[in-house]
Amino acid sequence: MSVELDVFVGNTTIMDEEVYQFWLDGYTVNDAVKVRMEGGVLEECEASAEVLRSDTMDQYRTFQMCERLLHSPAKLANQLLFQIPPHRQAMLIERYYTFDGVFVREVLGKKLSKGTKKDLDDVSAKTGVTLKSCRRQFDNFKRVFKVVEELKGPLVENIRQHFLLSDKLARDYAAIVFFANNRFETGKKKLHYLTFQDFAFCAGQLIIVHCNHSRVLMRPALIGKEFLQDLKELKILITDKDLLDQHKSLVCTALRGKTKAFNEMEANFKNLSRGLVNIAAKLTNTKDVRDFFIDLVEKFIEPCRSDKWTAGDMRLYLTHYTNSAHILDTFKHQVVWDRYMGVIKSCILKMYHD
Amino acid sequence: MPGKLKAKIVAGRHLPVMDRASDLTDAFVEVKFGNTTFKTDVYPKSLNPQWNSEWFKFEVDDEDLQDEPLQITVLDHDTYSANDAIGKVYIDIDPLLSSEAATVISGWFPIYDTIHGIRGEINVLVKVDLFNDLNRFRQSSCGVKFFCTTSIPRCYRAALVHGFVEELVVNEDPEYQWIDRIRTPRASNEARQRLISLMSGELQRKIGLKVLEMGGNAVVGYLQCFDLEGESGLVVRAIGTACTLDKLIPGSEIKEPVFSEDPTHPLSVPPTPLRTLPSSSSPPPFSPSKLCSRQSSSSDTDLSLTPKMGMGSGISVGKEAGPLKTLLRQQAQSALEQREFPFFTLTCFPPGFLVHIGGVVSARSVKLLDRIHNPDEPETRDAWWEEIRQEIKSHAKALGCHAVVGYSESTTICEEVCILSASGTAAMLNPRFMREGSVCVYSRFDDASPPSCGFCHIPYDEFNMPFPAQLTYCYHCRRQKVPDVLFTTIDLPAEAAVTGKGCLIQARLCRTKKKAQGEVNATAISNLLPFMEYELHTQLMNKLKLRCMNALFGLRIQISVGENMLLGLASATGVYLSALPAPGGIQIAGKTPSDLSYDQHISTMQKRINDTIAMNKELYNIHPPECIEEVVGSPIPDRQRSRLFRSTSESSDELSELDLSHGKKDAFVLEVCYALLRCLSIYLSLSPGFYSCNTEVMPGIYNWTSGLQMFTSVRVYRLNNANLTNQGLNKIFTDLCENLLKSLYFKLRSMIPCCLCHLNFTVAVPEEELIQVRRHTPKNTSPILFIFPINILVRVKEIKLCVFVCFPGSGENEEQLQFSMELCGESTSSNNQPTAKPSVSSVDYGSFADRCSTWLELLRLKAHTIRRGSVKTTSSSERCSPLPEVRSRSLRSTRSLPCGAPVTVVKMTPLSFLPRTRIVKYLGIINMFFIRETTSLREEGGVSGFLHSFIAEVFAMVRAHVAALGGNAVVSYSMKECVFMENPNKNQAQCLINVSGDAVIFVRESDQEAIPPLITCGQTSTTGADGTT
Repeated sequence: MSVELDVFVGNTTIMDEEVYQFWLDGYTVNDAVKVRMEGGVLEECEASAEVLRSDTMDQYRTFQMCERLLHSPAKLANQLLFQIPPHRQAMLIERYYTFDGVFVREVLGKKLSKGTKKDLDDVSAKTGVTLKSCRRQFDNFKRVFKVVEELKGPLVENIRQHFLLSDKLARDYAAIVFFANNRFETGKKKLHYLTFQDFAFCAGQLIIVHCNHSRVLMRPALIGKEFLQDLKELKILITDKDLLDQHKSLVCTALRGKTKAFNEMEANFKNLSRGLVNIAAKLTNTKDVRDFFIDLVEKFIEPCRSDKWTAGDMRLYLTHYTNSAHILDTFKHQVVWDRYMGVIKSCILKMYHD
Repeated sequence: MPGKLKAKIVAGRHLPVMDRASDLTDAFVEVKFGNTTFKTDVYPKSLNPQWNSEWFKFEVDDEDLQDEPLQITVLDHDTYSANDAIGKVYIDIDPLLSSEAATVISGWFPIYDTIHGIRGEINVLVKVDLFNDLNRFRQSSCGVKFFCTTSIPRCYRAALVHGFVEELVVNEDPEYQWIDRIRTPRASNEARQRLISLMSGELQRKIGLKVLEMGGNAVVGYLQCFDLEGESGLVVRAIGTACTLDKLIPGSEIKEPVFSEDPTHPLSVPPTPLRTLPSSSSPPPFSPSKLCSRQSSSSDTDLSLTPKMGMGSGISVGKEAGPLKTLLRQQAQSALEQREFPFFTLTCFPPGFLVHIGGVVSARSVKLLDRIHNPDEPETRDAWWEEIRQEIKSHAKALGCHAVVGYSESTTICEEVCILSASGTAAMLNPRFMREGSVCVYSRFDDASPPSCGFCHIPYDEFNMPFPAQLTYCYHCRRQKVPDVLFTTIDLPAEAAVTGKGCLIQARLCRTKKKAQGEVNATAISNLLPFMEYELHTQLMNKLKLRCMNALFGLRIQISVGENMLLGLASATGVYLSALPAPGGIQIAGKTPSDLSYDQHISTMQKRINDTIAMNKELYNIHPPECIEEVVGSPIPDRQRSRLFRSTSESSDELSELDLSHGKKDAFVLEVCYALLRCLSIYLSLSPGFYSCNTEVMPGIYNWTSGLQMFTSVRVYRLNNANLTNQGLNKIFTDLCENLLKSLYFKLRSMIPCCLCHLNFTVAVPEEELIQVRRHTPKNTSPILFIFPINILVRVKEIKLCVFVCFPGSGENEEQLQFSMELCGESTSSNNQPTAKPSVSSVDYGSFADRCSTWLELLRLKAHTIRRGSVKTTSSSERCSPLPEVRSRSLRSTRSLPCGAPVTVVKMTPLSFLPRTRIVKYLGIINMFFIRETTSLREEGGVSGFLHSFIAEVFAMVRAHVAALGGNAVVSYSMKECVFMENPNKNQAQCLINVSGDAVIFVRESDQEAIPPLITCGQTSTTGADGTT
């Protein structure tokens, strides 16, 4: 005796969130059944493995049928095929678009192309996320990218409206899209210690809010056209010897006695300052943008870390470093400086950890 | 030319891509009614076209209006080749023809294609201008209302119940016409869909005519069936109960004043000496009438009963009223005799309608199908049914009853053999509801509340019983005789007093039979039938006793034929009626008493049985009051026999007489017991919050919530040839049914405590050769690969679930309650998540849990705003319109979804009511037929995937039609037909589904009137424990 056909359809679509998660995680029906059995559902209801399997199959089929709709979440609300209560719809969408931090870390900054998709099996092997799940997540990134690319208006808001995601998730997607568009280098060994959330935060800082086209939006905020020249002007801080010395003495005066790492700060000031200002200058060149994070780590974070600065030291230093520039008489680019340092400071603070 | 049909095509959305090059579609629409077709303009290059067409007007006869559906075809314009069809929408305009139903059809309909399923949606507006036609010889019956509901619809009052109406129409099946060899599958399916739609329209019209002839204005309990007889044709038949219904003005349900001139009234006054029982109800006004009539029933020649006085009953009745009652009875008799068949398809009756119940009557007949030569004169089919109905009628008479209630008919077809079955419950009815031409005063429902035990009293004569039965005095009124068990096909009457809770009881049976052809086959089947029926009844009886119950309601016995087996499935809801005596235990007798170990075995078995009975008593909360055994007639011996409550017939073609005295009971009682114990262990292991029944209402449970979920489940099993013995099959079959139930319980575990109501099983044995989906393949020449395996299709249909946990704040309207309910489920599950997840995989869920909680927060917020919104809407007290819902939706839509308003929530239920809501309007009958076919079975996820999506699509189309009529629920929903055929070798499958129901508008009951209709009866258990309102 074998079951040929086994179907269960409810007027209001019945879904089990646990099974949904298994499905999203790319478990096969057999694996899902195994895990559920270990989870103890059976003892609860004294059901047999057969029952569990049939239930899992039903759920998987439902999800498969829903998947098409989840690709354009707005459709889910006014389609007629499945009657799903609104809060369930929200759950379905939110979870479908939720991604694994480990996975996204691997593809962050890579081009969302077919080539990358082909390499997903490597990523899957490396991260332990099933290939199916990897594909889903990758396709989600790609889909969001494609839709947002064509739209005007603020990036995060566009994502939220189009995919009906929560604010947090929409921001994460904005970051992913932003990284993919600018192809930031994130895979170098030196950057391995950074988590996706670190990058997402930095992306949030780098994305400008007031702009009218996503194509523009998806470039770092500091690359506004009028901005290009101004950023280059910052170079005066390191090229002008007097200015550099003056800046250093101002910072050192302010810092003296306030930190244990003062000596190292003083010794390294010129190198560090050069590093930061050079990064600014480099940002003007679109091709060099992708090295932003690696530069930041190599030129600034690593030296500081080897000198054993604490996070507090870092904050103190950056605050004074930024503020002291205002006192410099010959330095005329205060606005640009503030804007640049504001972004850099918060990025560094976020990235400065083990 | 008495009607003008107007249709307007507004827009489409989510259309499929028809032009690969541009990824777009150039869509236009053809609107067809009868032979007239209109077209819209082509809306180029869009998947969301806005046609906004003019009003297309069709001037048609109302006869056509009733028969024909409006046919809307969406096509893709192609300059160079033929236009491609995207899909179709059939709209039944019948609801628009009655003044009281819907006035306009407007909404989004799924565009359906028989090959691809739903492909986008289309927004349509339909109206009808009807002119009055007073022609006496008209062929139409516009305005007659149809209800699937098998009780008097909730917002109507029955002024007069006229009786049985039936009709059948016959046609050739397009699938078997010669043209089918050359046309495409799509064309063939569409021809079939259209034909069936036409035929059911015609059938309704003809039945409507009969109703008008009888003077009625509505058909209640309308049951329409298809017989797909294959080569010999297609039969669409319907039965129903003609009524004259008066609409109740909503909100003004003032009780009618009692008419004291009613002859029943003085009868109820004289006190009787036995009225010492603590019965709260008024003295029985009807039961004496029966006695009196019996006393003088010598004139009652129609009844084949010997007139006898109820001797030794010791009841003194107001004799002066006797003649009057006799008169009444005779009137009823004659009123019923006038009709050919005093049958009623109703299962639930207005109070006072039902006087006594005799028992289940059923008849089956095996027929050989032949080609229907003249479709206009389907005499043979008519004659077949006539024969069966006559038999039922005579059975009822033998039980001393003049009417049959809860009547239904069904067929099962296997190749050229067809079994016709009819069953019902013999009963005596109150004549007041049937008096034709009499003063309407009598036909009102007055407050002569019948005794809660009246219906249990035997209608037949004590000394001339049609079958052996143990009679006792009613445990409720102590005045009338009652049988020891009662089997019925109707729902539990509202006034019935029950002890404890009810439960689903099933008897399952398989019988092998030799493969045969034609006449031989038919004879073999008809020889097997009586034995099957007997065994099913024995099983039912034993299971009933095991559960310590004494009555079955909603009994439905289904027998299906396969090539080499017969399947019997009887389902019913068992209850303990307080008026009936407590059931005796089950005694096992060994057949070989010499064997010692065997004896031991027997005794352990006996002990187990007794234990289970005791456990069941606890489980179902059956604690009958200890009765003082009275000296009444003969003392009742321990009842260990099973009895069949069915009268016998002599016809050789049908069931032959059964000897029910148990000559050889021992062995098989034992055999049955094994099955029983097994099934009992399953029932017992269930979590206590689960209940199931196949009637509308679960006896003994009264605190329902409005959270309900309807579902359909279909399973097909393939059997191995090795198991083809009677016993092996029985075991398998029982396992299948139980697994299915278990599986349901598991799936619905999150809704505990809940009750599966109207659990309706259907079994079928598809033909052994895997059915060929396309008829282009020659039928008998191709070698059949799977000869041995047999598919057993266990279909469970329209199982409805009521969660009866109470939630606070039931003043909210429908959606909100559901919302809060689901929310509860949500929060618990998310509480579990952090603990449950880590064990699942090593993936980082930190951010996930984070997010989870954020959207939960969001949810809570949303729920909050909605709830606030509901306060506003309820205070505006527009409960009689669906407005509140719309408002709450608009509140919710502040979320700003880009694509228009969200879809109306449409509830579906096989019940005739929605718990804790009030139906304010019936919008018309929904009767739809769909065919779906695929040639890419594997790609669609195999048979399961195919059927899953098809059923989901059917639901979607039903919901869309209801929403377009302005309704928000379907009641009395049922899936009448679900025929599935597959050919995996060709990667093909085909499925036919027929669904029906009543579209309604409901509103949530406000706090004051939150008494669900089911609570009204005086019950032993706590009513309305849900005092949270």
